[in-house]
Amino acid sequence: MGNSPQRSWTGKIKRIRTYMHGWAGNILVIDLTKKSIEIEKPGLDIFNRYVGGKGLGGRYLRQCATLPWDHPDMVICIFTGPLTGTISPTSGRAHILSKSPLTGLVGDSSVGGKLATRLKRAGWDGIVIKGKSKTPVGITIKDNRVEFKEASGLWGLDTNAVHKQIRPGNASLASIGPAAENGVRFASIIVDRHFAAGRSGLGLCLAQKKIKYLLVDGTGHSKVKNPKKLKEAREDILRLTAASPALMGQFGFTCLGTGAVYDLMDNRRMMPTDNFQRTRFEHASRLNAAAYAKTYGPKKHGCLGCHILCKKIGTRNRQSMAMPEFETMSHFTALIGCANTDLVIKANERCNCFGMDTISVASTLACRREITGLDYTPDKVLSLLDDIAFGKGEGKDLALGAKKYAKKMGAPQAAMAVKGMELPAYDPRGAYGMALGYALSTRGGCHLRAYPISHEIFRKPVATDRFSFSGKARIIKIAEDLNAVVDSLIACKFTFFAASLEEYATAYEAVTGIETSAQDLLKKGECIYYNERIMNALNGFDANDDDLPDRFFTEAGSSTNNICIPPINRDVFLDARKKYYDIRGLTINGMPLKDKAQTLGLLWNNL
Amino acid sequence: MEQLVNKYANKLIQARLGLNSGPSQPLIGGLDDTLVWNRKADETRLLENVFKELDINSLVFLKPREPYGSLINFLAEGALKSNGLIQPKDCETRTFLHDLPVIKKFCAGQIIQVLKKRKSVIIAPGKTDDNFKGPAIVAHGMVSPEQGFVTISSVCFASFIKFFTDYLEALQTGLATADAHDLFDSIIPYVKPIQKKMPEFIPSPFPTEETVYSAIIEAGQKTVEYELVDSYFGNVSYFWNETLYISQTGSSLDELGGCIDPVPLDGSTSAGLTASSELTAHLATISHTRCKAVLHGHPKFSVILSMDCDPVEKAACNFKEQCHIKCPQKRLVGCTPIVPGEVGTGPFGLCNTLPLALEQANSAIVYGHGLFTIGKNNFSDAFRTMLEVEDLCRNTYFEKVRLLRKT
Repeated sequence: MGNSPQRSWTGKIKRIRTYMHGWAGNILVIDLTKKSIEIEKPGLDIFNRYVGGKGLGGRYLRQCATLPWDHPDMVICIFTGPLTGTISPTSGRAHILSKSPLTGLVGDSSVGGKLATRLKRAGWDGIVIKGKSKTPVGITIKDNRVEFKEASGLWGLDTNAVHKQIRPGNASLASIGPAAENGVRFASIIVDRHFAAGRSGLGLCLAQKKIKYLLVDGTGHSKVKNPKKLKEAREDILRLTAASPALMGQFGFTCLGTGAVYDLMDNRRMMPTDNFQRTRFEHASRLNAAAYAKTYGPKKHGCLGCHILCKKIGTRNRQSMAMPEFETMSHFTALIGCANTDLVIKANERCNCFGMDTISVASTLACRREITGLDYTPDKVLSLLDDIAFGKGEGKDLALGAKKYAKKMGAPQAAMAVKGMELPAYDPRGAYGMALGYALSTRGGCHLRAYPISHEIFRKPVATDRFSFSGKARIIKIAEDLNAVVDSLIACKFTFFAASLEEYATAYEAVTGIETSAQDLLKKGECIYYNERIMNALNGFDANDDDLPDRFFTEAGSSTNNICIPPINRDVFLDARKKYYDIRGLTINGMPLKDKAQTLGLLWNNL
Repeated sequence: MEQLVNKYANKLIQARLGLNSGPSQPLIGGLDDTLVWNRKADETRLLENVFKELDINSLVFLKPREPYGSLINFLAEGALKSNGLIQPKDCETRTFLHDLPVIKKFCAGQIIQVLKKRKSVIIAPGKTDDNFKGPAIVAHGMVSPEQGFVTISSVCFASFIKFFTDYLEALQTGLATADAHDLFDSIIPYVKPIQKKMPEFIPSPFPTEETVYSAIIEAGQKTVEYELVDSYFGNVSYFWNETLYISQTGSSLDELGGCIDPVPLDGSTSAGLTASSELTAHLATISHTRCKAVLHGHPKFSVILSMDCDPVEKAACNFKEQCHIKCPQKRLVGCTPIVPGEVGTGPFGLCNTLPLALEQANSAIVYGHGLFTIGKNNFSDAFRTMLEVEDLCRNTYFEKVRLLRKT
């Protein structure tokens, strides 16, 4: 801990006891208005039903789903899962949820680092934060001791500076930067310097409550019912990941980070270029992961307890820096028309320092470029990032995100977003499952809800025809359920390029002692996902929002002699979406059904 | 979906696991918003209940043709007398399937219970008065009927390997039963000798990149045609112009068109991200041996013989439960070394053992997994070696059995 002379309020909590395995049995409820602390102890049935992470957080979010994102009673949930803190592979991620300031949808993010592990070892399955502090505050948790620390002195500092001041040591530090403080709709939370809880604007949710940082440390251990069985499940999972070229191969994530995908997207003519006006960037071959590896000599880094270690930390001029993820590499080059790896490194660093989502900010800049017709120099890009983070000049408008910016500029068609969230770096004209996945995602333009890249590009568990909607409606539904439960267990989605719920069900059984199966877990995932559809419907979202920008239906991508990238056939897309609604148990207008909700045991409000 | 269910039904027939008429005709259902079957059958009614209870998009049902039907019968009956699981020790099972659960009846409830946890279920032969005559295998997919096809193919392969390895070990320990002898004798007519006539290959040197692609596609097709792989999976590579051209992960060796990744040796791209799991082993092999062609198949008797170990020595071995990763013995079949190693690049990955072995010989068998062969300039040499090693393994196996049965 640093030596800053901060005033503090301390919450005293009785010694925590639990007889559960897997879960700590305790949820910390913090009311910032009252500066009070309570413990909730849901029963085993609740834990087993909602699992943890996204599932359990979603249960708390549902209770205030119709409130505005900035209402004092709106909650921010930070949850671990039953596998967190155990030897179950890739279980070191946390899930953060609130209502998204960017989209008005369920806003959530899976984040790495050591936050989840430390929180679990402190004896908490999750934290629910409500209310609003009058002054900037830091929350520190060390086992069962919770303190509110005055943080006015840190307000305005970037996330690196906060890290230097706090000096977390073994503890995990999550903090916001100036972007959140200045109202950027896509502000992130930065965990342990290098891990961003991005996309939905969750940084702004913390800023609205005046939370500058969260510091967590724990010294306990997760209780595992059957350590021998867990070890066997772990070995099965490790064996499968070792067999995965995408994960552990010499060109896989373990060696090159997620940037390894860059060449594939170029090769498949799926690289969003010039704000999705083209799908091929001619400079791509010199901007790939190999180019970064040559220049920055990246070393492996990753979430606590992970064996894949996809995060890469590079060095240049004796300075270490986080290497950009694939999305950042792609959007800060092809999407905005720049061909400069230094720019990508600097932009990535700046976004992490300011606490801004790299996908959203780059996409908003690409939108600006299309509307204004003005190309970027690296300096211009960096100065605009400053303007956005600090709310200066046109940065104020860009901070609203592509959709609102484009609308304000009188060119709404230039926003490449779904439900207000900017699209990632996979052009949907090159993978139709991705097209459907983007359109239907409960948090907007997100590739991770259904993650069809797995079968459409990585050929796992088997390859599917990326230019066909055939069978994709059900594939997307099942994958959404799967990823919902993966975000609840918690495990890293990358692992599922190799392993499956079959192995993770064994891990769940071993940890909790509760008999389960892959299909049982999938069913829990279905409940978790349907709950999100209900929350979004309660906020007025329907089939009109489950759609893609017109560009994808009217303009072709960049074809070659061997690969044709035509516009997506809208009728076939709509037919697949209709099938999805039917399979998911929604109305023809994408609205949840009372009977279905009740079958899944979910709370029903009249919509 | 119609196209996919028909495609994989045909592939089961082409793989000689099913027949195009009679009880061994494959039955495949695919579900998007509606359920389609490749054919009408009595079993669909019950299997539709499986679809209703599970979040899946496809089911493959097969009463495997001989010799797999009899082998699985035998193993399933044995499993039902113990823990209800067939537990082969080959690489496919260990890595992907874990074990092969067996149930007694063709009953939706029992099938659902097993498929909730595993990729496949074997339905035992049943009693003589049952309406349903097994054995049958049911496997599901959540993405494509291809998953069920691959699973069933792996179950048949694993069962074959298990029976023949178990039988040899039983003879060596004097524990072979009369039933096992009878089964062995009855299935021998189905275990045909491999084709020895060498096919024609595109001659090397290959003048263009296109020729390299064609040569790889051809090598894959011949490997399937000569039954030197299971599930059509193996991998093939060729080194040309400082680039390794290699089949993609999960690609079917008889359909390699569009499924070959060029991997430049200078590491200038990460296009090898979708390459075979054995890319690292292939690259190291090229580097260690200076060969250009690498061929990897799963010929059955090479796999079976790789798992043959003197029971007395094995009983005394510290690594008897970890043969596949830690076998300490230098073992050979003829001049072909047998090495331990798992799929991929883990600490016990075959990429650590195989290239060194191929430095010593132009073929190596990975324990319980398959055979790798190399050709200095062309696939013809690699393919010939594969045929020769498999033929030698087959002959060695039957000779061992003959001698043991004589005593």
